[in-house]
Amino acid sequence: MSVDIAVIDYGMGNLRSVSKAIEHVAPSASVAVTSDPAVIAAAGRVVFPGQGAAPDCMREIDARGLRQTIVDAARSKPFLGICMGMQVLFEHSEEGDTACLAILPGTVQRFPHEAMHDDAGNKLKVPHMGWNNVHQAMPHPLWVGIEEGARFYFVHSYFVQPTVPDVIAGFSHYPFPFTCAVASENIFAVQFHPEKSQNDGLTLLGNFVTWNPGERDTACDMSGATCA
Amino acid sequence: MLAKRIIPCLDVTNGRVVKGVNFVELKDAGDPVEIARRYNEAGADELTFLDITASSDNRDLILHIIEAVASEVFIPLTVGGGVRAVGDVQRLLNAGADKVGINTSAVTNPQLVKDAADRYGSQCIVVAIDAKRAGDHWEIFTHGGRTATGLDAVEWAKKMESLGAGELLLTSMDRDGTKSGFDLELTRAISEAVDIPIIASGGVGTLQHLVDGVKEGRADAVLAASIFHFGEYGVDEAKRYMKQHGIEVRL
Repeated sequence: MSVDIAVIDYGMGNLRSVSKAIEHVAPSASVAVTSDPAVIAAAGRVVFPGQGAAPDCMREIDARGLRQTIVDAARSKPFLGICMGMQVLFEHSEEGDTACLAILPGTVQRFPHEAMHDDAGNKLKVPHMGWNNVHQAMPHPLWVGIEEGARFYFVHSYFVQPTVPDVIAGFSHYPFPFTCAVASENIFAVQFHPEKSQNDGLTLLGNFVTWNPGERDTACDMSGATCA
Repeated sequence: MLAKRIIPCLDVTNGRVVKGVNFVELKDAGDPVEIARRYNEAGADELTFLDITASSDNRDLILHIIEAVASEVFIPLTVGGGVRAVGDVQRLLNAGADKVGINTSAVTNPQLVKDAADRYGSQCIVVAIDAKRAGDHWEIFTHGGRTATGLDAVEWAKKMESLGAGELLLTSMDRDGTKSGFDLELTRAISEAVDIPIIASGGVGTLQHLVDGVKEGRADAVLAASIFHFGEYGVDEAKRYMKQHGIEVRL
């Protein structure tokens, strides 16, 4: 039997928080935390979380034979990347000089030491840890019900730099602006942790579990409105 | 802009929240799940549970508490106390903890910090440091403050960062439970010595102490227990006070 939502488990950190939060917003959905390619391929939608370091992450994905499964899911069904699960969607990570999945064009870089101070000259810590404002760079079904500038919980030392600015769905400042959300067709991916971001995080996850990518285009065609 | 975090701490023993003075004279402060729920609603940025259960018989109680809290409170949860092996880290993470605090075992077995960080990521390893002033420096204590180690706190903090700690929870043994404010010199010395975030702990008695911890102590987060448990101040009230004093907080 296929599940509604597959949370990809590839041995990178604790996925319990992610699955608990999804169960909370979608109590009637079947949720599987799984490393089985068949279960992921058959799932209605996929969540791709991850913590830890990029080289380990890519090694574990390949050790489980999940690379193609993830690429296929990201191209075919509602797909939510979280934290490391966002970073490895890009082509290359500076962390351990790691080739990643190359589903989205761009790279992943570390917060540069020399830039890490505020206007008053105080040192800014890395990892970037805590609640920061997320600015919405485009309207998107996953932002519905979330105020512009709402705070989400972050913990990371690297950030993505998309080559194509069109995919930037959200950004944050630390101390310079960096991309913290991307959207491309059926993919939405965030650097922050919606599963740990209280009400706004639950709203985003709730939006994801009901999101039908492509529906917006259909609605636009029917109304005759121009879709940017 | 990144907000400074306010973290209520729940000392748990035998399934109940307690609070003592200088690590002794424990008073009952309530049911941990109920308290966690209340703090979440009041806007706590994270919650820290410190399991001070002495008897190994009742150690699993904390796992049930974390499971219950993690099912309904969706903010970061840190659990510390009695973590001796990578397996302990795993059990707490599986129960729903997002970060695990390592204290005594970081001193007796520093390799544990490295092994746990390598396996689960630095983001979930918090090294708890209990420090006490000793002349012109600060010394590390273990076993809930009973055992001196001779280790210098600043040097120890740097070593823990190099082994992979993602964050440091710094408690002043001189101030804990005294309500006379953080040891600001200690907090600042360590915050300036490392690049990872510092949580200041030990001694909060007024809301101004929280402001001082951030402004003078350069803490990235402030942790307090008794001022919240006994209803002297609300978490929301503390945040508004900090905001009035120019500190970025999540409201």
